[in-house]
Amino acid sequence: MISAIVTATIFLVVMGLIFSAILLFAEKKILNYGQCEISINGGEKSLTIKGGGFLLSGLLENEIYIPSACGGRGSCAYCKVKVHSGGGPLSPVEEPYLSPEERKNNVRLSCQVKIRGAMAIEIPKELFSIKRHKCRLVHKKSLTHDIDELRIELLSPSTIAYKAGQYVQLESNEYGKQEKVIRAYSLSSVPTDTHFVELVVRHVPNGICSTWVFDVLKEGDELFVAGPYGEFGLSDTNAPAIFIAGGSGMAPFWGMLRHMKESGAQRQVTYFFGATTQRDLFYIDELKALEKELPNFRFVPCLSAEPQDSGWDGERGLVTEVAARTIPELANHEAYLCGSPGMIDACIKTLTERGLPKEKIFFDKF
Amino acid sequence: MTAFFLIFISAAITDNMLLSRFLGMCSCIGLSKKSDTALGLGTAVVFVTSITAALNFLVYNYVLIPSGLEYLTFITFIIVIAATVQFIEMVIERVSPSLYGTLGIFLPLITVNCAILGISLFMLNKPYGFIEAFVFGFGGGVGWMVAIMLISAIRERINEQAVPRGLEGPGITLIIIGIMALAFVGFSGMIR
Repeated sequence: MISAIVTATIFLVVMGLIFSAILLFAEKKILNYGQCEISINGGEKSLTIKGGGFLLSGLLENEIYIPSACGGRGSCAYCKVKVHSGGGPLSPVEEPYLSPEERKNNVRLSCQVKIRGAMAIEIPKELFSIKRHKCRLVHKKSLTHDIDELRIELLSPSTIAYKAGQYVQLESNEYGKQEKVIRAYSLSSVPTDTHFVELVVRHVPNGICSTWVFDVLKEGDELFVAGPYGEFGLSDTNAPAIFIAGGSGMAPFWGMLRHMKESGAQRQVTYFFGATTQRDLFYIDELKALEKELPNFRFVPCLSAEPQDSGWDGERGLVTEVAARTIPELANHEAYLCGSPGMIDACIKTLTERGLPKEKIFFDKF
Repeated sequence: MTAFFLIFISAAITDNMLLSRFLGMCSCIGLSKKSDTALGLGTAVVFVTSITAALNFLVYNYVLIPSGLEYLTFITFIIVIAATVQFIEMVIERVSPSLYGTLGIFLPLITVNCAILGISLFMLNKPYGFIEAFVFGFGGGVGWMVAIMLISAIRERINEQAVPRGLEGPGITLIIIGIMALAFVGFSGMIR
């Protein structure tokens, strides 16, 4: 009996070893693609990566941070890049995530494309300067019943360079039954504060990332933030500006305005902030104080569903309507919008109707 | 030649792995929603059964029997199948990336497909030589592929029909497989 067990164990171990050796040897011999040349954006940048791995991990190793939330399993579809040559056929994993338009443009999921030889790929230029920062949450403050402010210290790399208005991707960790996800949040901090970033997060009911921020994330916890992304930000002109925001759309403007104060900007700005009732307002005292410090800044909070008898003496109605009736002549203005797609579309409609050209309207939809 | 043909037919039809033995049901139900996927998985199964049946024949007759370790047949076969699948996956990836694109995601699934192990084990009950074992494996794989293709063709049509809610998906599929199995009973005894 004992000898049978011993023989069986030895036999199985030996067989396992033999097969593993054969497979390892075969992998080295068969799947050896050597060093592969990856040409990015038509030769603008060129990398030499060891073949056999996936494009996403190859790029990450070379510090090009393609966003990815699912760890390369092909389920989040954030890691899309254009692969013009050398990508091989589309895998069944990618198919559901690519629209016919994207397929025509050679868009692929970089986590599913294997590097098997020379490749030519195209990625948005801004991704070159993006870094994934290991961070620590130093401060979490409740601004309203469903909006929190986060102050995050960057540990490594420990600094970030961005323009007020840009956003970062925040990674939530796994909790309960939820998987790790990535969500974009506008930076509400001032760009000169290079060791920290601040975010304004609204709790979306059943939202995976915002629920994580509200219920799981604690001060002192480590987290990951990648960025900066996006084009949203103040133009270089000195044209009078209208800011319109709803709810957590406050974030980019809170950063821009404080940055204007720091740099002593004289630009004329009227900021319309839309909320439902008084309990949804935040940063009001701070913004009222800014009105005194910035010579040409006016802050107009508007409430859409405040009870008539509440004693609110500010503007009432939808933020779009208030903006339209407060500023009758728009032609030489620039407008900056941040909020829900519904609010932004309504704003664009009202503003263009009043004579503001479309190219003077800048927005960040979320 | 006739002998090989008979082995092939018996493995593919009268002893159909899926419809007579009900092996490989899990991957069959999971991946028979569309005929392209069914064809992909089917091809991968044919590939693997042919090779593993032949390999397992050699391992059984020239390693296990001489060393008196027949009681390790099951586990040995599983290891052989797993290693073979890995190896085939590498070869396909290198030789034909497009075929790898189609079969790639199915190959790892096959490691745990009991039809593959079943074919290797049933082969031992028959007085086969090496080539017969290969033909038996090939036939068994083809039979499994034909069955999953038939099922997927039916399922594609059923998807457009109103199926009672409790029977949607796997429920109705199992009923269909049952009815098809009844039809396949008609073949039994045709080849002894």
